[in-house]
Amino acid sequence: MTQKSVLRASLIGTVLSFAASAAIAADAAPVPNKGDTAWMLVSTVLVLLMTIPGLALFYGGLVRTKNMLSVLSQVFAIVCMVAILWVAFGYSLAFTGGSDFLGGLDKAFLKGVTPEAVAATFSNGVVIPELVYMAFQMTFACITPALIVGAFAERMRFSAVLLFVALWVTVIYLPVAHMVWYWAGPDAIGAAAKAVADATDAAAKTAAQAKLDAVLADAGLIFKWGALDFAGGTVVHINAGIAGLVGALMIGKRIGYGKELMAPHSLTMTMIGASLLWVGWFGFNAGSNLEANGVAALAMVNTFVATAAAGMGWLVVEWFAKGKPTLLGLVSGAVAGLVAVTPASGFAGPMGSIVLGLIAGPVCYFFVATVKNALKYDDSLDVFGVHCVGGIIGALATGILVNPDLGGVGIPDYVTKPGELAVGAYDFGTQMLAQVKAVLLTLVWSGVGSAILFKIVDLIIGLRVSAEEEREGLDIGEHDERAYNY
Amino acid sequence: MKIVMAIIKPFKLEEVRDALTAIGVHGLTVTEVKGYGRQKGHTEIYRGAEYAVSFLPKLKIEVAISSDLVSTVIEAISGAAKTGQIGDGKIFVMPIEQAVRIRTGERDQDAL
Repeated sequence: MTQKSVLRASLIGTVLSFAASAAIAADAAPVPNKGDTAWMLVSTVLVLLMTIPGLALFYGGLVRTKNMLSVLSQVFAIVCMVAILWVAFGYSLAFTGGSDFLGGLDKAFLKGVTPEAVAATFSNGVVIPELVYMAFQMTFACITPALIVGAFAERMRFSAVLLFVALWVTVIYLPVAHMVWYWAGPDAIGAAAKAVADATDAAAKTAAQAKLDAVLADAGLIFKWGALDFAGGTVVHINAGIAGLVGALMIGKRIGYGKELMAPHSLTMTMIGASLLWVGWFGFNAGSNLEANGVAALAMVNTFVATAAAGMGWLVVEWFAKGKPTLLGLVSGAVAGLVAVTPASGFAGPMGSIVLGLIAGPVCYFFVATVKNALKYDDSLDVFGVHCVGGIIGALATGILVNPDLGGVGIPDYVTKPGELAVGAYDFGTQMLAQVKAVLLTLVWSGVGSAILFKIVDLIIGLRVSAEEEREGLDIGEHDERAYNY
Repeated sequence: MKIVMAIIKPFKLEEVRDALTAIGVHGLTVTEVKGYGRQKGHTEIYRGAEYAVSFLPKLKIEVAISSDLVSTVIEAISGAAKTGQIGDGKIFVMPIEQAVRIRTGERDQDAL
């Protein structure tokens, strides 16, 4: 062997070994990054902070003194109960493959969800521990039914609330979460798409394509429609908001509604609660990116500016309409902005988010201050007017603001360039149709389903406290406690 | 013996107390009350829902004095509590049948 050929052989050997190690690296299972993991641990805690004490104080401050503890108890108890339901069967039914509507029981009681198990993110080759993904999703399942209690505050039995929520999470929340958010993940799609690209003959290509189709089909119904919901416009806010409206209508108005003064007993606490909601919402929205990267930062910025714009929007509109700028208007607008930006937070650009907030604040104000009073339903704490209406605005706006021409990030596409995230073609009509279908299905699923569940609970234990207890207050009537003993 | 009961604006309490101290009246009972008179109350708006709040927060003060002090006390209270705006309040004078100081058992004039 000449010196030249030795050199060539060793070069080929080096190239081959490089190629081999690259192939091994590509096939080796990705491991969680400590930064991503740390961010998701923090985000999970932030979302819990939204509910307790954030939402509890936001709602609690809005009711009368005699019902303060009933609201705090309902919110706290819902968190405790749903956390257990979630690990028992909720996570499995929402986030494993099964049908278009619901997952299976493969991970019931967290079977196989060990410290070593990993969950997909939105980037190829990036995973996080499945336990933190499960816990993060748990906090969403906890806050969503807690949002509903605002609609029938000050008159529903504590036992009826708990039974309703247990049924509602199972029959409404889990399927909607599965339909909107369950998918196979970027690595599964990337590998299947790569197999299609690498297939050499027609038979192999057909087989690979069938495999890719199967992977793409392993997702929830609404996800497959192409509807975008970054952090829960449909799953959390429309879902809870319409359930609240149905509940308020079925339970009926509070005694004295529209005649007696039902002023909030502590707007100070409402302001504290709203502020904690805003802080926690960074975990909710930026955490929904599942990784600590630029898109998480984008979601964070959107969560800042849409909220600020909606707070100012409500404040100014109320100032003109009623003559005074109010604190309750300011914080209600901010919450409306948080709701509206939720589905858009990782898809829209910051300027689009400001426009979204400027629309959401005044429109929610209109529903809360005008529509509710005109239709005379008693949605005590405006769960429908803020969460359902804000959620619908956000879900529809996401279909517009995702457009890169409007500063959005574009439609994610994991198939065209296997192994990386490409920006898919944006078509206004297609995207809006998907968003509208997602909104409508959620409204019908939760609206009709909740009506049935309220009826069942009414037959089993009765929804409403006695008139005497309602006048005395639910704190004494349901809990034998008073919020304030001076 | 008379009891002078006055309904005043809450922020006038310190001035009324100073005026009474200045004329030698030491001792006063204050109660937080709500009510309305010519001052009709106000409107409160929560998320667009307007509530007419007809009962306004006031303070009720009660002073027990000997009968010869009545006009001086009335002058002191009305001078200190007056703003000239509606809602300044009212003064009522009522007779006292008996008075007892619990600690010593003193009665009537000695108990005031």
